[in-house]
Amino acid sequence: MTTRQGHTFFDRVVKATPGGELLAKCLQCGSCGGSCPSGADMDHTPRALFAMINAGMENEVLSSNTPWYCVSCYACTTRCPQQIPITDLMYTLKEMAIRAGRYDHPHAAKFSETFIGFVEQRGRSFEAGLATRYHLFHHPQQVVKLGLMGVGMLRRNRLPLRPKSIRERDQLQAILAEAKAIAAKEVEA
Amino acid sequence: MTATRYPYYPGCSLQHRSHAYQQSTEAVARALGFELVEVDDWNCCGATEYFSVNRLPAYALVARNLARAAEQGATEIVVPCSACFLNLHKTDKNMGRYPKLGERVNQALAAGKLHYEPGTVKVRHLLEMVITDIGNDRLKERTRRPLYGLKLAAYYGCLVARPDSVFGSTEQPTAMDKMLELLGAQAAPFALKTFCCGGHMTQISEDTAFEMIHRIVQNAVQSGADAIVAICPMCQLNLDVYQEAANRYFETDYHVPVLFFTQVLGLALGLSPKELGFGQEFVDARSVLDKIQDVPPPRATPARRPKNALPMPAMPE
Repeated sequence: MTTRQGHTFFDRVVKATPGGELLAKCLQCGSCGGSCPSGADMDHTPRALFAMINAGMENEVLSSNTPWYCVSCYACTTRCPQQIPITDLMYTLKEMAIRAGRYDHPHAAKFSETFIGFVEQRGRSFEAGLATRYHLFHHPQQVVKLGLMGVGMLRRNRLPLRPKSIRERDQLQAILAEAKAIAAKEVEA
Repeated sequence: MTATRYPYYPGCSLQHRSHAYQQSTEAVARALGFELVEVDDWNCCGATEYFSVNRLPAYALVARNLARAAEQGATEIVVPCSACFLNLHKTDKNMGRYPKLGERVNQALAAGKLHYEPGTVKVRHLLEMVITDIGNDRLKERTRRPLYGLKLAAYYGCLVARPDSVFGSTEQPTAMDKMLELLGAQAAPFALKTFCCGGHMTQISEDTAFEMIHRIVQNAVQSGADAIVAICPMCQLNLDVYQEAANRYFETDYHVPVLFFTQVLGLALGLSPKELGFGQEFVDARSVLDKIQDVPPPRATPARRPKNALPMPAMPE
């Protein structure tokens, strides 16, 4: 492995990921792609993506659908002979892709962002709200089908329509605001 | 010596779409004589969504729960949802493993006058707690209605098996299989016990999700299981609620009920299906109840191959 200095794409990916320095030890064995349950739908297997990161193909990597098809099952991570935290690297790539506005799969990012919106506001997730807000904006053609499923959920007492909230929302929001400020400073640095 | 009061983190799903898990967890706790005390003012763990958008706030969100639990005197915390379990467990571990991360998370927590020392609160999944602390002897002793005649597929899903296995294997754990056998059921030889259910993919790419749901349900059917036993609200939701949609997509006709382990355990403890939240599932589980027998069925002796059945090359005369 060549020595690297400064802010190559590879360095930034490594730096943003806890344990990310192990990426330099990738053997290109492909255990990750072979273990991946959703790999068949990915533009690149994780192995290929890592080679591309190494080659500095920033645009191609950040526009790949691969991180968005990662289901966070950690099968690759536990099977990786070099213990590379692959799932966490996928999170890093999603975060970088959103920031660069380059992601291939806008729905996935919007789903995450809608989900987080409720959590940041109330401290709890809210599925009825998430389903309506996300699908009305992003899959309006599917609303009827989902509505039918929603009725089934309601009938079985599985879709409460009132959001729940934590008591000390101020505390949570102060913590999250501070965390975001620290994270933003680090991205600039 | 085991505790009788456990600090408890129920998670959002149990209070929303997986009410049956909550109901059966509480019923089983009463029957086994332990108490679950909710961590005061806990918040959502962020599921898999927050970590993929902004890492540090995601850790801080989870750490608030750990800090509050510690502040309330907890040294352990019991979690029934595998996704919540993973996030809490991973945050505790990574804050210790990567000191710089721990420092920054605590810097954020300080804005809410909180602090968390990694390692203070041991994060435990409910299944592991029942198996370890209640123990086989007591479970057997408390069994009122053995699950004779049932063949069950123990489905662990990903997040208790990986990245840090709770049950000693990241691929093929057996702890729940053993528990089910102890309760009188037969554990089905279910190979995909830790294969991912697809998580949030039903919302993002249905084709991908249906493929994964289909593989798991098909494998459960092949293993001869009467039902799948899940330990996570997300797994149960995907396999149960989306089973019919996956059937339509693949032109299959599977009807495999998907129950929570607490529902099955509760049945064996003699609790009624109603108090265990039966009836909230999409794939009707009444067939499972009807299959329970009063006496253990005779164990079928495995069919042996005739001695000449191995495909050996025939020697020419």
